[in-house]
Amino acid sequence: MQKSISLVEETRRERAGRSFPFMSMEERRRILEEWHPDYKPGTKRPLLIGPSRGMIVPHEVADILEAHPLIGPNEIDVTDPEYDVDVLVIGAGGAGLSAALTAQESGIETEGILMVQKLRLGDSNSKMSQGGIQAAVGPDDSPALHFLDIIGGGLFANKPELVEILAKEGPEVIRWHESLGVIYDKNPDGTMKLISGGGTCRNRMLTCKDYTGLEITRVLLDEFLNREIPYLEFTCAVELLTDEQGQVTGAVLWDMDSDEYRVVRAKSTILATGGFGRLHIQGFETTNHYGATGDGIVLAYHVGAVLRDLDATQYHPTGAAYPEQLVGQLCTEALRGRGAQPVNRLGEMFVHPLETRDAESAAIIRECYGRDLGVTTPTGMRGVWLDTPLIDLLHGPGTIEREFHAMYRMFGRFNIDIRKEPILVFPTLHYMNGGVEINPRAETSIPGLFAAGEVCGGVHGKNRLMGNSQLDLYVFGRRAGRYAAERARKVQAGRPTLNHIERYERWLEEAGIKTSRKAPILLPEYRGKRTLEHIIKLL
Amino acid sequence: MNGDEMVTVYIMGKRHRVPANLTIMKAMEYAGYQLRRGAGCRGGFCGACSTIYRMRGSFRLQVALACQKMVEDGMIITQLPFIPSEKKRYNLEKLRPDPGVFLEYFPEIARCLSCNTCTKACPQDLMVMDYVQAALRGDIKTAAELSFDCLSCGLCAVRCPAEIVPYHIGQLARRLYSRYIVGPSHQVQNRVMEIEKGIYDEEIRRLKSLDINMLREIYSRRG
Repeated sequence: MQKSISLVEETRRERAGRSFPFMSMEERRRILEEWHPDYKPGTKRPLLIGPSRGMIVPHEVADILEAHPLIGPNEIDVTDPEYDVDVLVIGAGGAGLSAALTAQESGIETEGILMVQKLRLGDSNSKMSQGGIQAAVGPDDSPALHFLDIIGGGLFANKPELVEILAKEGPEVIRWHESLGVIYDKNPDGTMKLISGGGTCRNRMLTCKDYTGLEITRVLLDEFLNREIPYLEFTCAVELLTDEQGQVTGAVLWDMDSDEYRVVRAKSTILATGGFGRLHIQGFETTNHYGATGDGIVLAYHVGAVLRDLDATQYHPTGAAYPEQLVGQLCTEALRGRGAQPVNRLGEMFVHPLETRDAESAAIIRECYGRDLGVTTPTGMRGVWLDTPLIDLLHGPGTIEREFHAMYRMFGRFNIDIRKEPILVFPTLHYMNGGVEINPRAETSIPGLFAAGEVCGGVHGKNRLMGNSQLDLYVFGRRAGRYAAERARKVQAGRPTLNHIERYERWLEEAGIKTSRKAPILLPEYRGKRTLEHIIKLL
Repeated sequence: MNGDEMVTVYIMGKRHRVPANLTIMKAMEYAGYQLRRGAGCRGGFCGACSTIYRMRGSFRLQVALACQKMVEDGMIITQLPFIPSEKKRYNLEKLRPDPGVFLEYFPEIARCLSCNTCTKACPQDLMVMDYVQAALRGDIKTAAELSFDCLSCGLCAVRCPAEIVPYHIGQLARRLYSRYIVGPSHQVQNRVMEIEKGIYDEEIRRLKSLDINMLREIYSRRG
C-alpha cells in the first residue's frame, strides 16, 4: 500500500486541475451493464406474490417480502387499542420529524399525533448524511435544470410529477430550515455556498460542513421536543392494521424494552421507516444506520401497497475500504465535489470524479476486478485511492480541516491524515432507490397509508443523485404530514383488524412458498463470528 | 494489527475473549449481544452508543463511543442506555438573541467550575467547557461555532460535576445564531417567490410533455 501511495504522490501535481472526460450515454450504459452490481446475473428474482408480483428484486428483498408476518392473525386482540390518534408517524428520521411537525401545523391537536421510533428519536440515515442537500437557489440555476438532473440521473424511470415537486419545493425547504435555525454554509457576502455533486449540471449542493444531515435532523428534533408531540422510543411497528375495506387504520407496535405488543388506532398512518442497507444486498458493506432493515416495505406490502423500482440499488462509489474498522463507512461525495480524484494503484485517473453514482461505482469495481488495478488490503478488501490531499492543493491549506471535520476526524482516529494521504475506497451499499409507490400527496396505493423518505419509490427512479434524498425527506415528509392531517380531519377511524395477514398467508400458500422466514426483521444479526465477515459476492 | 490477536474484556462484568481489531460495539456483538439500546449509526455520527469503561488496575473512569473506540486488553465496559437530562422547552420565534438567554433557560451554567471535565469527556474532541463559558458570557456565535460538531451523545452531561447539560446549550446557541444573527438568506427567499409566482412552471411543463427520447436528448445536451 505504501508503494502505491508513493505513485499517487508522484502523479498528484500533474493531475491537479486536470480532468478525466465524462462518459457518453452509451459508455455509461455499457459500464453499468458490465460492472454495476445491479446487472450481475443470479442476484435477483421476480416476486411471486402480491400487487407487485413479477417485479425483479434482489434476493435479500424477496426474502423479507416472501416471509411470514411476525404475528398471526389471531395472536393479539387489536379491537381495544391502547392509543387512539389522528396521525401515527412511524419513524423519527428527517421525513418522520417533518411529517409530525407539519401535521401539528396543519391543525391536528398535539395529543392527536403519535411518533414511534424503533431506536432513539432522530437516529436514522438522515442524520448520517454528510455531503449536502440539493436546492436550485443559485443565480445560474433553476428548478427546471434540477428537474432534468433528477430525471436523467434516475434513468428516466422516475414519476415526473414527483420530480417536479422535488425540484420546485427545494428552495422552500431551505427557507423552512433557516427559519428553524439550521446553520447552512454561506459565502462572505451572505449568499449560499454551493458545491457540485455527481450528475448535476450546476453547483446546487448546500452544506452544513460535512455534518449536513446531523445539523438538520437535530434542529428538527429540538423543535419536535419543544412542541411536546407525544412519542415512543425503542418501539417499532411490526404490522399495520386494516379495517373491513382494507384501509390502513393504525399499527401493532412492539416495545423493544419490555417485549410487549401495543396497539395504535389511527386515522392516518405515515411510514417513514427508511431503507434497507442492513440487508447487505449481495454481501456489500453499508453506510446505513443499524435500524435500516427494510421494515417499511414489508409492512406496506402486507397490506397490499404497490412497490416500485426495487430492482435498482444504490452503491455509494466511495465507502471506506481501509482501515478494517471503517470498512463500508461513507466517504462523502463532497470530497470529490471539492476536487479529490479516484486514482488506481499506479496513480492514474480512470473516471471523472463526478459521474452519477451508479456509473462511478461501476468504474471503481471495474478498476479493481476487471483491470486488476486496485489495491488489496491486508484483510483482502480491494479498493482504489481517493486522492484527498488534492483538495488542499487546489483550494489552499486548511480547506479540509475547515470543510470536512467529520472525514478528517473519522480517519484521524486511525492515524490517517486525509490532508496528507489518500484514502482507500470501494463502493458500499447506500440507498434504496425504489420502495413504496407514492403520489404527490405522499399517499400510497392503500387509503390511510402515507409514506415519505427513503421508504418511498418513484421520486428518484433507478438512481438517486447526491443531496436529493436529504431534500426528499423534507419535501415529502411535509407533504405526508399535511395530507395525513387533511384525511384525519375528514374520516372516521375504522375498526382495526389483522385480516390482511390472513390474506398474506394465503398468497404465500398459493404461490407454494414454504419458508420459516419471518419479517420485518427489525434488527440485523451480527452476533458471534458474523462480526468478522466481509463477503462481497463480486467474483 | 494482526487479525488473530485476542484480548480479554469484561462486558458488564462478564469476561470475554474477543479479537483485538474490533471496536467496542463489534466486540459486544462478537461476544453474543444483540444490541437494542446503545447502537445507532455505527459510524460516529449519532451519539447513540455512549459507553463508560475502566482499565483493569486503573482508578480512572473513561468514556467513549462504542462504534469508534477499539477494545483494549483489560477493558471493563458498560454502555449507557439513556442519558437522563431535561430538555428545556422554548419557542424559537419568541426568543431573542439576548446575552441573558442562556442563564434564563440554563441557570445552572453559572455553577460551571471550569474544571474542563466535559471537554475531556467529549468523543468529538470539542472544546465543551469553552462553549459553556461562551454561553455564560452571552457569546452566541462562539457557543454555536464551538459546539457545531456535537453529536448529543450526552457524555459531557454525565461527567459534569455541576450537572450542566452542555449539549442542549449548544443546540440553543446554534438555532439562535442561525435564526437571528446570520438571518435568512435573501437569495433563497427570492427564489421561493419566483417559484410561487410560477415563472418556472412553463419550462417544467414542457419537459414533462416530451417523449423519453427527446428528454434524453435535452438531458445529454444540458450544460
